[in-house]
Amino acid sequence: MNVAAAPVLEGRDLTKYFQVRQSRGLFARRLSVHAVENVSVRLEAGKVTAVVGESGAGKSTVARLLARIIRPDSGQVLLDGRPAPGGRPRSYAKQVQMVFQDPFASLNSVHRVRHNLVRPLKIHHVADDNVEGAVADLLRRVALKPPGHFTEKFPHELSGGQRQRVAIARALAVKPRVLIADEPVSMLDVSIRLGVLNLLADLRDKEQLAILYVTHDIASARYLADTVVVMYAGQLVESAPSVELTDNPAHPYTQLLLSAAPDPDRVEPPQLAGRGAPPSLITPPSGCRFHPRCPYAMDICKQQVPPSFAVSPDHIAACWLHAKPAERVASNNGLSTAPVGPLEQDTKKR
Amino acid sequence: MLGLAGESGSGKTTLALAAMRLLRAPALITSGEVLFHSRPIGGDGPKGTVDLLAAGLDDLREVRWSEIAVVLQSALNSLNPVTTIGAQFDDLLRVHRPGMPGSERWSRAGELLDMVGMNADRLRSYPHELSGGMRQRAMIAMALALEPQIMILDEPTTALDVVTQREILEELMGLRDRLGFAALFITHDLSLLVELADEIAVMYAGRLMERAPAASLFHAPRLPYTHGLLNCFPPMHGKRARMEGIPGSPPDLRDLPSGCAFHPRCPWALEKCKQAIPRLEPISGSGREVACWLHHDDAKVPAELAKADPRTEPRQRVPTLIQVSKK
Repeated sequence: MNVAAAPVLEGRDLTKYFQVRQSRGLFARRLSVHAVENVSVRLEAGKVTAVVGESGAGKSTVARLLARIIRPDSGQVLLDGRPAPGGRPRSYAKQVQMVFQDPFASLNSVHRVRHNLVRPLKIHHVADDNVEGAVADLLRRVALKPPGHFTEKFPHELSGGQRQRVAIARALAVKPRVLIADEPVSMLDVSIRLGVLNLLADLRDKEQLAILYVTHDIASARYLADTVVVMYAGQLVESAPSVELTDNPAHPYTQLLLSAAPDPDRVEPPQLAGRGAPPSLITPPSGCRFHPRCPYAMDICKQQVPPSFAVSPDHIAACWLHAKPAERVASNNGLSTAPVGPLEQDTKKR
Repeated sequence: MLGLAGESGSGKTTLALAAMRLLRAPALITSGEVLFHSRPIGGDGPKGTVDLLAAGLDDLREVRWSEIAVVLQSALNSLNPVTTIGAQFDDLLRVHRPGMPGSERWSRAGELLDMVGMNADRLRSYPHELSGGMRQRAMIAMALALEPQIMILDEPTTALDVVTQREILEELMGLRDRLGFAALFITHDLSLLVELADEIAVMYAGRLMERAPAASLFHAPRLPYTHGLLNCFPPMHGKRARMEGIPGSPPDLRDLPSGCAFHPRCPWALEKCKQAIPRLEPISGSGREVACWLHHDDAKVPAELAKADPRTEPRQRVPTLIQVSKK
């Protein structure tokens, strides 16, 4: 086994709270939304990492923290092992680029495709001598051929899929090494989603881009990603190679997500274990945030936030069920003695 | 339950709204008929068959909501934001059940919320105080209030998270088994329909293109478009393999391609497909219909579209017991 490749971009123990005011006026209380807590993600060159979770799980916040659009309250973003610079200097934007969910909103609609693509080229002084050639080249890379057809069009003249391709081309203009795609296909028609996913896969394989793919669709994450990270209520609950994660989910929340996802191959209607809705992030539950819904919740789950336990190499789950009894005892004075039985049986059945 | 699948802009919602005559100008229904074969479950709807397109407004009023209820995608836009959920139930029952006293209306509303897994206390809530899933449940409860024979569900769970979606679908299926209404379920998510519906109809560019039992459609599609659409949903099991989806993009409805609207994206398009529009016709001896020239005359059917129908026993459904929330 070779040593794990050094990540291009890494987020370490990222934590972000957003301040909100409960009411207006003199006695307004300041509250904080615990959007992301202690999340670590590694993006490697030539790999796609997917972040999966329900709305409000903190997926987009992680994406925006890594793109340095917002600042973490604590934790670090490391580019090539060095802390990312303060501010959002062009040197950082040149390495890390973002693609947004809605290509209708993210492209400037009063300018032609050419203008949208020339802007980053000029601002970052990429290909100053041959801007036209660079634009054509970008369009070819996102499979908009022949480029001449598209350069003079306005965004509204393109279909949703073509528009998202232009948005990706714009992100590629500065020759970044990391692409952060926040729900890039969820606004697109079903029949053209796969085309955009395949484009991302090609960019990974041919150009060795490190890609973060944020999605709520676990099936597409399994299809595209090398590693899948599952988030729940602002915390990372499980991380594993994508097929391993869907075939042997170790965290009860991941199991719930998988049982709820549409699956035409399923013979029997699924049994949902852990009904209900994600908790309020202003007053999150103590301990593991999933414990109020978890069918296997033990005492320790209510008291202590579970650290990440290794289930197998490359596969971690933040769940006390995967702690060795000694670890559980050491950290909890032997309070918890609940068996690990049901979960293990459950994973074997799959 | 009949599922209606298709991409955005394929006319799924327009079809449903047209059936209820809910389309607004400049939309105009130029031809066709919508036959409602009434078999009242409860209440006193019309007996016999009514053509909803020819019916007068009074007749239509008897049918809408009481016999055919609609649940739309955006519950936030369908609920009145300035009154409580309870008041909206009260309005509805006061108009449609004139004899019902106020206290009974209130308890009936509570019962309905109970049926969809909500606490009756929620009657005092305003729509903005409810989560997306709760609002959609309230909408379903309201649609059920007059015991309709048919529920038209237009993307009822599209805006919701998967877990909430699954819970609401379970409740819907349970209610359907218990109350015995027929349902039309409209969605773009074909993979979901395969699990839910008994029969699926696929639309493309404003036309019905294929209609078949759910399992047959999934395992042995006959239409190139359905075949391609099924290829757009990555599977949750097995080895990962590259999938190609459907090349090209959906057509512009103002400028449809000649002949079959799908022919520019179809890998098996014939010369005939560019010239004439295929009609939805039954395939001999299979109880399914398809609009495709490949299945007409002596055209050679590609192997991908000629898989044997799966042997299907009608899927056994265990009626889900309705969860009754206790105080």
